[in-house]
Amino acid sequence: MIIELPQVGESISEGVIGKWLKNVGDSVEKFDPLVEIITDKVAMELPSPTSGILKEIIVAEGETVPIGAEIAKIESEHDNDVSRPPEPSIESKSVGTQIGTTGEILKNTAPVGPTGSGGPISTDDEVETLSDSSEKLTKTNNYISPVVARVAEKNNIDLSKVVGTGRNGRITKKDVQSHLGNTNNKPEQIPNKSNEESLDGQYRQNISPIRKIIASNMVKSATLIPQAWTLTEVDVTGIVNLRQSIKENFLKQEGINITYLPFVLKAVAQSLKTNSLLNSSWQEDHIIINRKINIGIAASTDDGLVVPVIRDADTLSITGLAQKVDELTRKSREGNLAIEDVTGGTFTLNNTGVLGSIASQPLINYPQAAIMTTEAITKRPMVVNDGIAIRSMMNICLSFDHRIMDGKEAGAFNSDVKQILESINAGTQIY
Amino acid sequence: MAIKTVLEAVREAMSEEMRLDDKVFVLGEDIGARGGVFLATEGFLEEFGESRVIDTPLAESSIAGIALGASMHGMRPIAEIEFGDFIWPTINQIVGEAARVRYGSEGKMWAPMVLRAPHGGGIRGGLYHSQSVEALFAHTPGLKVVTPSTPYDAKGLLKSAIRDDDPVVFLEHKRTYRLVRGEVPDEEYTIPIGKADVKKSGNDISVITYGLMVHHCLEAANDLINENIDVEVVDLRTVRPIDEELVLESAKKTGKILIVHEDNKVLGVGAEISAMISENVFEFLDAPISRLAGPEVPAMPFSPPMEAVYMISSEDIKKSIKELAEY
Repeated sequence: MIIELPQVGESISEGVIGKWLKNVGDSVEKFDPLVEIITDKVAMELPSPTSGILKEIIVAEGETVPIGAEIAKIESEHDNDVSRPPEPSIESKSVGTQIGTTGEILKNTAPVGPTGSGGPISTDDEVETLSDSSEKLTKTNNYISPVVARVAEKNNIDLSKVVGTGRNGRITKKDVQSHLGNTNNKPEQIPNKSNEESLDGQYRQNISPIRKIIASNMVKSATLIPQAWTLTEVDVTGIVNLRQSIKENFLKQEGINITYLPFVLKAVAQSLKTNSLLNSSWQEDHIIINRKINIGIAASTDDGLVVPVIRDADTLSITGLAQKVDELTRKSREGNLAIEDVTGGTFTLNNTGVLGSIASQPLINYPQAAIMTTEAITKRPMVVNDGIAIRSMMNICLSFDHRIMDGKEAGAFNSDVKQILESINAGTQIY
Repeated sequence: MAIKTVLEAVREAMSEEMRLDDKVFVLGEDIGARGGVFLATEGFLEEFGESRVIDTPLAESSIAGIALGASMHGMRPIAEIEFGDFIWPTINQIVGEAARVRYGSEGKMWAPMVLRAPHGGGIRGGLYHSQSVEALFAHTPGLKVVTPSTPYDAKGLLKSAIRDDDPVVFLEHKRTYRLVRGEVPDEEYTIPIGKADVKKSGNDISVITYGLMVHHCLEAANDLINENIDVEVVDLRTVRPIDEELVLESAKKTGKILIVHEDNKVLGVGAEISAMISENVFEFLDAPISRLAGPEVPAMPFSPPMEAVYMISSEDIKKSIKELAEY
């Protein structure tokens, strides 16, 4: 049985093959973890769809393949080739008037009858359907064909520098020929020897699959969304005091630490309810406004950035949000996020304050409408009631899609968030 | 040039050769008064008379045997087997005897006979009127096996077959008889046996085929121009001897080869082409040699939907070409 990369989430078109968890020759039970798949949404383990012996690994670790690509071969006992039913025929075009000695095949003309020259037989039932004896080419992707090998050797071409356009990126004859053409056509290499061969004082670091995905998402965001940015100061003294007073008890009762994040989440979720454009998506000729409020929280892991999603954040209490945040951060640290944990986000929140930052300009998590950061809480002298008081201050920064909204809507959203956060005090209910 | 069908081209080739050479005669079941089951010899009895247009009993072994004997005595018989499916009783005469005459007699005797048979399916012929028989004969040294696809080729090749001094098995795809038409020159011409023909030139993929499938391959190739796949269609025309030079030349050019035949795949003509290419021009290959052929079942099914599944269509060919192009 050929194992294909399954559809691992909505709107996902390709995946990166992570670590193979079985070796060629290993026996595999159905549902055994077979390979890690990394998509732009999540890393997951693909369970084997069948039992048998892993015969071939077609796609090596670190390669990107489209959904449906063949990635491995497992030989099972019931490996019968079930042929597909014939597909409907397609009416063929008429050849035109040019016939020549090559001849033409007449349409709607009865051929001879089975037992001789009898009159023309009806063509009504002349079904031309597909036979399915077509050979599927299922050779491995990195296969260097004889002609590619020969041309490369003859011309001293380093095949690792040739871009493959064949199936799964295989280097075809055309690829090597056009590479050769390109190099030959270059008039004279400028003697600036800053090529890969002579990296003076530099070295090359390979890019991890998740890094590649982050990179491509960032390019999408930066190139496709015209983003504007705004910053608002928030006095969070009330939250700081509240947290201080409940944190010991909270740990005892809930088994987790209470952080500032659930308070911010609560304020953001509520504000998204009333500022629905912030919870939308640009679709060229219309805007999709999401009824659900699913807030992604950017989390840093050893491998890179992941964005687990708190679904229906507006329905959870501060404690509920705290528990959800704890669960998701634990899962991302352990690499156990499931598809549903990272999909469906409608807005993203990033706590850049943990890095000590007091202002940052985040890139929107494409195709969302906005992203907010919460910055470090610092004690600052503030003017309160015409006097100077030491207050705990926090900046919130917002990048938003300027196609969807203008500063007015973004500003209204920020001030709603600010107002909710500043209204939190010792009496605020957290359950 | 006049536009003719394959059937008309076959009829013309025989009548012209019979007019040119008294030694040429035809024999077979129902070829006289009836004019042949497909009317390939219509009007022959009237023109050439009973001595040159011989109706035989329903006995294929005898038809082949009589032709062989006559040919060894200087005649140039054209024996018609009504259907390729009924050709098996001739095997001993053709494979066991005719193919060996020149070799066995150290060149003192030869057998300039033609064994003509309509073959191939797609005509609701079921088990007994649809078989492809070329691979069995093509295995035999001493025979030539011709499988034309167009009226032009059929006429030119049949004339060469009649003039050939050694036995030729001439297999006409019966579905092409009235289905395929094309230009046939009015003036005298022949086409050498053993020469393939590039029916469409291209650079990306070589499709090597013969008989009816040539037309389906051309259809597929022309459709794929829109998808920027430049397909070369090579019509073998003769499956023994195979035009090795042209096949290898095309394979070297494109590096990607699809072989298409209606006959089943295992040990078929495609296997020989494939081996020939990898033995000689392996270093030019850019993809595994691919074959699209009939399924491994004993015969053409009678049920129309099943027959449609058996027969290869231009859509099947397109699919295979695309797979190869993407490789």
